Amino acid sequence: MAPLDLIPVRERAEAHRPWARALVDNEGWGAAIDRLESGDLTLVGLWGDAGAVHLAVLDAAEEIAVLTYHCVHGSYPSVGARHPPALRLERAIHDLFGLKAAGAPDTRPWLDLGFWDVAHPLGHAIPAPPHAPYAFLPAEGEALHQIPVGPVHAGIIEPGHFRFSANGETVVRLEQRLGYVHKGIEALMHGATLVQGAKLAGRTSGDSTVAYAYAFARAAEAALQVDIPPRAIYLRAVMAELERIANHLGDFGAICNDASFSLMHAQCFILRELTLRASQACFGHRLMMDCIVPGGVATDLAPDGPKHLRALLGEIRRRFPELVEVYDNTASLQDRTVSTGILKPELARQFGAGGYVGRASGRGVDARRNPGYPPYDSLQLDVPVLSEGDVNARVWIRIREIEQSLGLIDQILADLPGGPIKVEVAGAGAVREGAALVEAFRGDIFLWLRAGADGKIARCHLRDPSWFQWPLLEAAIEGNIVADFPLCNKSFNCSYSGHDL
Amino acid sequence: MRKLVLEKLLRRPLTEPAPQPDAAMLAELAASLDRAARARLGRSLSIREVDAGSCNGCELEIHALGNAFYDLERLGLRFVASPRHADVLMVTGPVTRNMREALTRTYNATPDPKWVVAIGDCAVDGGLFAASYAVVGGVGAVVPVDLHIRGCPPPPAEILKGLIALMTAAR
Repeated sequence: MAPLDLIPVRERAEAHRPWARALVDNEGWGAAIDRLESGDLTLVGLWGDAGAVHLAVLDAAEEIAVLTYHCVHGSYPSVGARHPPALRLERAIHDLFGLKAAGAPDTRPWLDLGFWDVAHPLGHAIPAPPHAPYAFLPAEGEALHQIPVGPVHAGIIEPGHFRFSANGETVVRLEQRLGYVHKGIEALMHGATLVQGAKLAGRTSGDSTVAYAYAFARAAEAALQVDIPPRAIYLRAVMAELERIANHLGDFGAICNDASFSLMHAQCFILRELTLRASQACFGHRLMMDCIVPGGVATDLAPDGPKHLRALLGEIRRRFPELVEVYDNTASLQDRTVSTGILKPELARQFGAGGYVGRASGRGVDARRNPGYPPYDSLQLDVPVLSEGDVNARVWIRIREIEQSLGLIDQILADLPGGPIKVEVAGAGAVREGAALVEAFRGDIFLWLRAGADGKIARCHLRDPSWFQWPLLEAAIEGNIVADFPLCNKSFNCSYSGHDL
Repeated sequence: MRKLVLEKLLRRPLTEPAPQPDAAMLAELAASLDRAARARLGRSLSIREVDAGSCNGCELEIHALGNAFYDLERLGLRFVASPRHADVLMVTGPVTRNMREALTRTYNATPDPKWVVAIGDCAVDGGLFAASYAVVGGVGAVVPVDLHIRGCPPPPAEILKGLIALMTAAR
């Protein structure tokens, strides 16, 4: 049964693909919130538009639906008031569009840190009013002290602010403050061509450039009903799996490094570098930026690409198992990762956490399978799931996923179709809407696109998996020691840029 | 005119092929960087990285400088945790409005003499994000820049080359 069968809707939108979009009033909106609260539905996205908000939900049968609520008086009933995963999204909608979530328990700004010239840049923009000091949530008690960290951190990482309240060594509360790398991507998308849009999407989070370009292309192709050549379908998956392998290798090493085990870091970064070099040799760019475009792929696999890929797979298969064995047999390392930063399965389910964060805490959902998209529907792929929810489990999910990705590339190389790699994509002469859910290395990216009659972008929303993972890091660190924060943080490896947009 | 066009068509282009990060070039780059660093700073060049709004792509390649293939630390170049320990600020991204103050304060916290290296196309002029309400522009719009290393993102070998150029020019 599709999600819309259980929710009273006023009318269904024309030309929204591949999933349905429907206009709802208070009754339908309320029914959706009921079902989010009860756990029958999972929140996929909540974003603003001109005078309206859209809510994307996923049901147990892996069907997605989009509900639209017209904000007649500039407000809509808060989803976050009863379903906390929506809270930050509502704060972001207010910053960008000026639309209010009526009844929301937290109305502090989220992306607008008080430095823009305009308020509500995507809605009715007005000159920015003077900004009030940001009030962090209180943590009270005689022995508590605060540790402010960031936005400029000690390592080579993205900027964000963490406010720890600690009792001695123990973290009582962590509160994140993000938005520092907000670049206004959704405003830049407005009026851009699909070619420009794909470039912007590919620079939303550099470590997931392939996955973002993939999601953007799939949403555009869904909107404009474009079928891409079989070879492009498979080459996209090769790129996506190379990106996943490179990132998981980097994370595996970096997590061990944060437990002061630098040998693993050095070894993993050798394999990561080899993966980037193979990507360069196959597709002409180490991170494969701009290789996926609406209509197919921009670069064909180099003639000697299969040779490079097989050499890479061979090298990883030779060297990676030894590293896994070292990881598993080093007591000092296990002492740091086992039972550290536990994320309870209940929270992972409530937040619809994707990627290794969700799968290490019992949520066996992977966009390649649920709802799924080609070519993965014709490939053998096992989705690893664990229930411990600690740093160790998040490491093991990555290890298993590297193995799965190697197997996927094997399968694709064995049966790679020939033929063209790209078709033209043009405007449909009318407004068209499309959505896509694509599995990046850290979880599912949801991308929603409205193309105008001329094929230019009228509205594009990009929802990083981190939106539903960052808040869980706050929960996972509670009761752990401050010194274990880098380890927990790296095991989540949430995106700042993808989240901040 | 026609002769000129014909000549241009028949001659090979002057443009040299882009360098590949092969072992020989890396060794050469490394040796050159080592000489320059010793002469100028006696193995004391400390770099503080600041992401002022990047997509994180440049950070990935800056990270790669530390892997066994490029091994920045063998040259005495190292990344430090505080601007107060740094000789060089390596700044990425279009500078977002939300990061401008943090970048300025990081710059002010870095002791003289100091150099600023801006990494990536966005750091030159804001790149794809230049027109945004949320972006100030390139790094040079906020702090004085000594060197730009272009690329989206620049590969590690290009960043190494840029650091050599910086140290030979900074005499």
